[in-house]
Amino acid sequence: MADITYRQALHDTLREELLRDENVFLLGEEIGTFEGSYKITAGLLKEFGPKRVVDTPIVENGFVGMATGAAMLGLRPIVEIMTINFIVLAMDQIVNHAAKIYAMFGGQCPVPLVIRTPGGGGQQLAATHSQNLEVWFAHVPGLKVVAPSTPADAKGLLRTSVRDNNPVIFLENLALYNVKGEEPGSDYMVPIGQAKVTKEGTDLTVISYSRMAAVALDVAQRLEQENNLSVEVVDLRSLRPLDHETILNSVRKTNRAIVFEEDWRSFGIGAEIAALVQEEAFDDLDAPVKRVASLEVPLPYSKPLEVATLTGAKQLLESINELALRRRRR
Amino acid sequence: MNTKSKQQADAQGATPVREQALPPLPEGENRDTLLDYYHQMSLIRHFEEKSQEMYNKARIGGYCHLNLGEEATVVGFSVGLEPTDYVYTNYREHGYAIGRGISPKAVMAELFGKETGSSHGRGGSMHIFDLERRFMGGYAIVGGQLPLATGAAFAVAYRGSKEVVACQMGDGTTNTGAFHESLNLAKIYHLPIVYFVVNNLYGMGLRVEQGSAVSELYRKACAYDMQSWRVDGNDVLAVRDAMRNAAAIAREQHEPSLIEAVSYRFRGHSVVDPDRYRDKEEVQQGREHDPIAAFAARLMAAGLLDEQQASQIDEQAQQEVEEAVKFAEESPFPSVEEFMRGLEEYVYAPGEAAGKGD
Repeated sequence: MADITYRQALHDTLREELLRDENVFLLGEEIGTFEGSYKITAGLLKEFGPKRVVDTPIVENGFVGMATGAAMLGLRPIVEIMTINFIVLAMDQIVNHAAKIYAMFGGQCPVPLVIRTPGGGGQQLAATHSQNLEVWFAHVPGLKVVAPSTPADAKGLLRTSVRDNNPVIFLENLALYNVKGEEPGSDYMVPIGQAKVTKEGTDLTVISYSRMAAVALDVAQRLEQENNLSVEVVDLRSLRPLDHETILNSVRKTNRAIVFEEDWRSFGIGAEIAALVQEEAFDDLDAPVKRVASLEVPLPYSKPLEVATLTGAKQLLESINELALRRRRR
Repeated sequence: MNTKSKQQADAQGATPVREQALPPLPEGENRDTLLDYYHQMSLIRHFEEKSQEMYNKARIGGYCHLNLGEEATVVGFSVGLEPTDYVYTNYREHGYAIGRGISPKAVMAELFGKETGSSHGRGGSMHIFDLERRFMGGYAIVGGQLPLATGAAFAVAYRGSKEVVACQMGDGTTNTGAFHESLNLAKIYHLPIVYFVVNNLYGMGLRVEQGSAVSELYRKACAYDMQSWRVDGNDVLAVRDAMRNAAAIAREQHEPSLIEAVSYRFRGHSVVDPDRYRDKEEVQQGREHDPIAAFAARLMAAGLLDEQQASQIDEQAQQEVEEAVKFAEESPFPSVEEFMRGLEEYVYAPGEAAGKGD
């Protein structure tokens, strides 16, 4: 099949879901006339009109709450938050309302809501436009959180998210939008809560998600060819619910694990996974679980400082070499 | 009525619109309907007195905010709407739930944390909900219900149906970002919603004029080119008529509007608040302007009610509250075993939702 970009995968799926279900509509800042800050919604206003593609003013708490209220009456809104940094203004509606309504009212009212938003640094956007706040949402019962790394998973997970009856935080990444990958076909669905082994291996496991999962796969493939090192890559794809089984099966096979994440290390996704692995597979570990994450600073603007701050292939390689050396010593 | 109240508000500035005696009954009112309002107000009064008592006896936990003193506002709000209209409220909502037809038994059972409660004991005093009666929830984060109610109105407009959304809030809420964001959204999308501000003069312990640059709260709507009115929250008919008028504007013209009902809290912010910040004389004066007694006097003056009928209605209301308490007492708590077995089912909705509403 032909390759498509991550951006195209999102665009096509939004279009297909708008065509499929009258209750689906899009809303967010600059998604209509401006065609999206990152052009995910290009052409959709023209095709579907202002009822289905709703431009909002800059009021994240207001329109996220409005989407939540519309979902309470059975519509299926897909909200775009321009970047994840602005979602902070909508935390009350997401955490205190969307995540609570179904349980708090005794299961009377589902909230079928999707909030799409890109995170990630590396584009010199400095401290307030480059964050990875996924752990804030992954912490909250009542939300589902997904973070696909390929165009195919972006399609498959967006479709499932739109059809789910719960609030789903759909995390994209600015640096993934132009990445190309296989077009999976128009009925491809990825269940929420299912990780994927994107490369089999025997020496160690790298567990990652979103853009870092793509970097991890690339690094693992290079190591296989150049160093004859067999690295298994687990792409989490969903952060809540988290697929314990796939993580633990992989660690039981390779006995070594690195969690590779673009967010800050402390209290991050890696902390959760390291805790899970030591609780459930302590005896299978030949070495402590390592975390490879970004430096714990507000991201600086200046390019050399930005590069030094963000984690990437280099940091992952160093970490793999360290764990692999331990294996050779044994 | 609206114009009159508004003029009075303008003349009096920040002081509450509290008429010493309510005006004579207007022509054309149905006696049974008026007696029903009286009954509902009495029911809410007894329900809230009993809630305080049950809280003191530790049958009710958490926070508990009462509608005592606000009964005319509560009933006027509820009866001004159609049964198919949607209601969102804040955490001071027992009366609104009862006013919208939720059984006092289900409300009391919710306060007791019982499985038979309107939210199956998962929400408590601040989170009453009943989808069937379109009571879309009591919300406990100040301002939280405004974007949600605005979204419900968005859904009604999206479907092109004829319902109205009514969104109740307290005076303090008009200072939040959610208030201003919501009014603006409702106006730019022309949504069928009525924002209903209960100005009981205090946000917890803070006087309205200390917390709001504009203490005539209905005036805040002008920033969004939205119609608004101030009414006497002690007058059930004034509140009802204001609500009917605003609901008609929403239903027929697809335009949002705002009502400020000036009311008074007989007690503290919640059942545990000793209410030390309010002047004793002021509280005494507030209680003397009892909306239920005033309405009874009005009905009696018109020859529609006598002392004996009034006590009959009171006794009936009291009886309903006793039955509600008995029901709540005898109802089971939610099963811990089932809860532990089904945490996933508690938190997440199953499957794909069928479209709800119309």
